[in-house]
Amino acid sequence: MDVVVCVKQIPDPADPGELNPDTKTLKRDTKLILDESDSYGVEMALQLVDAAGSGEVRLVSMTPGGETGGLRTALAMGAESAILVSDEALAGSDALSTAKVLAAAIKRSNPDLILTATESSDGYTGTVPEQIAELLDLPSVTFGKEVAVDGELATVKRQTESGYDVVECPLPAVISVTAGVVEPRYPSFKGIMAAKNKPVEELDLSALGIDPQTVGWAGARQEITEIADSPAREAGEVVVDEGEAHERIMAFLDDLKVL
Amino acid sequence: MATDQALADELVSTIKDWVDRDVIPNVAEFELNDEFPQEMFEQMCDFGLFGSTIDEKYGGLGIDITTYARIVEELSRGFMSLAGILNTHKIGVTMIDRYGTEEQKEKFLPRMCDGSFRAAFSLSEPDAGSDTGSLRCKAEKDGDEWVINGTKMWVTNGTRASLVMLLARTPDDRITCFLVEKEPGENFEGITVSKKIDKLGYRGLETVEMSYVDHRVPSENVLGGEDGIGNGRRYALSALELGRINIAARAVGVAQAAFDSAMKYAQQRETFGRPIFEHQAVQFMLAEMATKLQASRLMTFDAARRADAGERVDMEAGMAKFFASEAAFEIAMSSMRIHGGNGYTTEFPVERYLRDTPLMIIGEGTSEIQKMVIARKLLERYPAE
Repeated sequence: MDVVVCVKQIPDPADPGELNPDTKTLKRDTKLILDESDSYGVEMALQLVDAAGSGEVRLVSMTPGGETGGLRTALAMGAESAILVSDEALAGSDALSTAKVLAAAIKRSNPDLILTATESSDGYTGTVPEQIAELLDLPSVTFGKEVAVDGELATVKRQTESGYDVVECPLPAVISVTAGVVEPRYPSFKGIMAAKNKPVEELDLSALGIDPQTVGWAGARQEITEIADSPAREAGEVVVDEGEAHERIMAFLDDLKVL
Repeated sequence: MATDQALADELVSTIKDWVDRDVIPNVAEFELNDEFPQEMFEQMCDFGLFGSTIDEKYGGLGIDITTYARIVEELSRGFMSLAGILNTHKIGVTMIDRYGTEEQKEKFLPRMCDGSFRAAFSLSEPDAGSDTGSLRCKAEKDGDEWVINGTKMWVTNGTRASLVMLLARTPDDRITCFLVEKEPGENFEGITVSKKIDKLGYRGLETVEMSYVDHRVPSENVLGGEDGIGNGRRYALSALELGRINIAARAVGVAQAAFDSAMKYAQQRETFGRPIFEHQAVQFMLAEMATKLQASRLMTFDAARRADAGERVDMEAGMAKFFASEAAFEIAMSSMRIHGGNGYTTEFPVERYLRDTPLMIIGEGTSEIQKMVIARKLLERYPAE
């Protein structure tokens, strides 16, 4: 079974990020790392291929600048190869442009399954997986917290607010997985060393037959009109127990819908 | 060959992430209960740490001494005993790699890569340690075998090891190193784990007394073959030279943890209406701690880099081990003073740092032994006119 995992390389969340005041987007001229939310999809893919007994895990990613550091991390975990779509014209791409580019790259692989995170840790639109599925005319299951494959059928436990649904889905399909789906492995030293020599195919937009005017800033259908600092943290409410504190805490948690 | 810098950084960073995420939050549970950290050990195997220094020719990764020392520092920053699980193995690997016959290298090194076949190092006895002249454990030839009798002390990883690098006195009254193969466990063909030693720190891995009664070792298991008979002391001292760099790296790791903890606490804890970091007395302590830590690290990695360049580093390794271990103890003590009463409790890790640091002062040659080594080298380097 061949699985493609869509992975994003993002600025390290441990370093305070900066916004570009002109474009109102995150500056990405620093070292990029693998988005942690994608490491779950990579691990899930490795386990599924392992269980199937054959096949391989391939990565698909896009970035304007040709950075591969994050991809190497996923390759070190065990993925076999990567396609990196790299083109200056990709800067400023919105979710739909991203989906178009990734879908075009995925088509070259013809996989049995496409895994993604539910959303990236820097953009948080959470719409790319479904857009990829639509563009590839494939079924899509979101928020997978458990994925099993049997032949040409995937069974997915799909996280909901109140529990989970069990969804069966024919393959190929696009499945987005949550952070709880599996525990990502640490790359082994051998994996890290081997990753240096694993193939990363770099493609530009013309190789995928995509008009640069339809992606990036040129093709953006969404615009960031305003950015503002997040409000300062306010002092919390102190609940003094006069016999009914537990009821007030329960009501508070109920309001937050965390119960 | 020197490990590529970018690759070394990535390997060290992988260990650092693991230590931060999975070791530090769980260490107290194993350390206080003196329980072997099985899951951590398995992750160390998965990383490939046990084969990391073995030559690629024998299935290892062949990383250099400097990178290994950086990894040891990171492990020790989280849980010093993890470095101990690794270090006796590393000493065994170094001895076989440097002095083993080709047959011995081919037989043992590939099996030592994945952590399932681990080495212990056994020099010390109840009445002998660095004073190798007093070793009493005996090996006598009987046909194609050697018969071992004696008692060994302070054998780290002795129970779980599959291979013991055993130093024993041969009939020529010299010291020979034997590759003692055994099954992990407390009893094997005349080898008995006669006592598990309870310790102040360095907990979670076993340090044992081992007795040998008529244990038989085949002749081909003399390290270095026929030529190795009588050369065990030289082989051991050579491996311990690197061992001392690693003890220094452990001291740097624990000292870093003690310093980090003190810096954080000093900025959070308030007395007399302000964070204690603003009190000059505390500032001076932290300034001294940071300076000693910096000096320790520079000395340790200077020795490691020289060793990688092929230099004999007994003096530099001795200096690094002496300075870094004493500094680590002082830094841990200062960290405890900064933490006040909290530092004296098991709620904070500082008491562990204070219990762990004396091991580095005493193990693999005390500070006094290091000073003797340094002084001897000084005479060589600065002969009288």
